[in-house]
Parts: sequence; C-alpha cells; structure tokens
Amino acid sequence: MRIGVVTFPGSNCDEDTVLAVAKVGATPVRLWHKAHDLEGSEIIVLPGGFSYGDYLRSGAIARFSPIMQEVMAHANAGRPVIAICNGFQIACEAGLLPGALLRNDSLKFVSDMVPLRVENADTMFTHKYAKGQVLRIPVAHGDGRFTADADVLARLEGEGQVVFRYVNAGGTADAQSNPNGSMHDIAGIVSAQGHVIGMMPHPERALDRMLGSTDGLPFFESLLARVAA
Amino acid sequence: MTRYRVAVHIVPRRGLLDPQGKAVADALRSLGFPGVEDVHVGRHIVAEVQAADAASAEQSVRAMCAKLLANPVTEDFEIAGVNAA
Repeated sequence: MRIGVVTFPGSNCDEDTVLAVAKVGATPVRLWHKAHDLEGSEIIVLPGGFSYGDYLRSGAIARFSPIMQEVMAHANAGRPVIAICNGFQIACEAGLLPGALLRNDSLKFVSDMVPLRVENADTMFTHKYAKGQVLRIPVAHGDGRFTADADVLARLEGEGQVVFRYVNAGGTADAQSNPNGSMHDIAGIVSAQGHVIGMMPHPERALDRMLGSTDGLPFFESLLARVAA
Repeated sequence: MTRYRVAVHIVPRRGLLDPQGKAVADALRSLGFPGVEDVHVGRHIVAEVQAADAASAEQSVRAMCAKLLANPVTEDFEIAGVNAA
C-alpha cells in the first residue's frame, strides 16, 4: 500500500508522517509540492506544519501548489485523503472540506495531549475504534478554531460528519476541554462522501508508548484494512 | 495600460468570534478609552496592477479577493481605493 505524504515549503510533520506510515506497514511516498504526479499513491496525507509561513491565512497559498491539482483529482475520484493540522487548514481552503480554521480563541499556540471522543466509528478512518471511545491524541496549533455557518454545522452533525470532538478525560464536552474554541467542540470531520478526513490533532504522533499514547494506531489500521479490502 | 494601486480592506465577518479584536478593545479600555464599543482586526492589502482603466483594475482585484485574498467562509472585503500609481 503506497501512501503519499506531501511536503510543502514549511511543512514540519511530514517526516513524522513518513515514519508513521512505515510503522503501520505501508510504503511512504514523499511528494514535493511542485510535483504533478502522486506516484501511484492510494492514500494521500496532507501533513502538519506552517506551509508558506501561514502567510495571508493558514493553508491559503499551499492550496494552490501544483500537487494540489492532483490531490483534488484524487479526492474527487473518491480516493482517501488524510488532512492533519495544517493539512486540515489546506483542505478547507481548497474546498475539500467545509468550514475554516481560525485563530485559537485564547490567541495562544496550544501544544498538549488532549482527550478526544470518537463520534462516528463507521468511517473508513475510525471503524477500529468504538463510538464514544475516548482517545488521547496530541494537538499543536495556533489556528485550530473550526468555524462554519449554522447550515453547515447542522449538516455536519446531522450526517455524522463530526468524527472527533474535544472532551474532558471523563468523555464529556465542556468549555475547559476545548483547546481552541472550535464550534461544537469539533476536532475532526469527514467529507460528505466520507473519504476525506480533516483533524487538528495528530494521530501520527500517537503511535508509540514512549511518546505517551498509541491511540493513533487504530486510525491508520482502520484505513489500511478498508483500502486493502 | 496604466498602473493602479488598488487598496482592499479584509475584515472578519460580523458575528463571528474575533478574539484578536476583543483583546485589542479590552486593552484600549484599560488604557483609558472607555468609549470603545468594539474593535475588528483585519488586513489591508495594496495590489499594484496594470489595467486599461480604474474600473477594470478594481474588477481584477475583486476577482483576486474572491479567489485568494479573502476567505469567503469567514471574511468580508471592500475596495478601499483605486488610484493611478
């Protein structure tokens, strides 16, 4: 299974993602943002970082990188895309996912291990979790406040497109446990067709007990099992 | 063709939480400006473009706003000025 990891100028989680892909038994394919070829990748990851220095808005310029045309075609053909952190910002700017990610309400960068509740365990990315399961996954971002208009929020909630929500350690959503002020405590969403996931937390950093959590493993295992099937 | 400087104001959409604007408003009040009701922090962009006339210079910058300079989900923009450079 070939998993393409895109590097934009300013990406900084691409190496972690390449290591994560290898760790779960897939073949990482490094893709430079100026390339026009996904080199046979069956899954694409848009990793975290600060593409183009977050100039103008996070993700706004990366969204027009040459490789994004190929990524859009890949997504429009119903093939999987994982958009993590800055990747989520890029995917929203590109219209692969609805909404936008704005400055954290605290105006501070947050770097922390946070509890997430699995809201939908029927997606290709989450079927190895249980609905309602509380995971521990790290966040590290300054612009993570998911924002969308009321119609979009209602559709996301109604269609089960909210996949992960920030909660407290007991699994209950409350204002103190939301690290960025995101609407409805949303941490991750999937596209209407279910094959593009965007999330601010970093599952690729939760694969090793030494780093504090292995709760990211079922995320990658879910997808590999589904794509291989 | 003439060179025009086209200025754009881009501001957070009214009604959306604007923590930066709120922090600046709080700071202004604590500095002794009690009349401050609200502050919105946005961006001011000046594009220098070649165009046949002022109207087409403005039109091309409006297209730039729709495509890149402003986020249609969270921001509004207005042309603040079009001047021959």
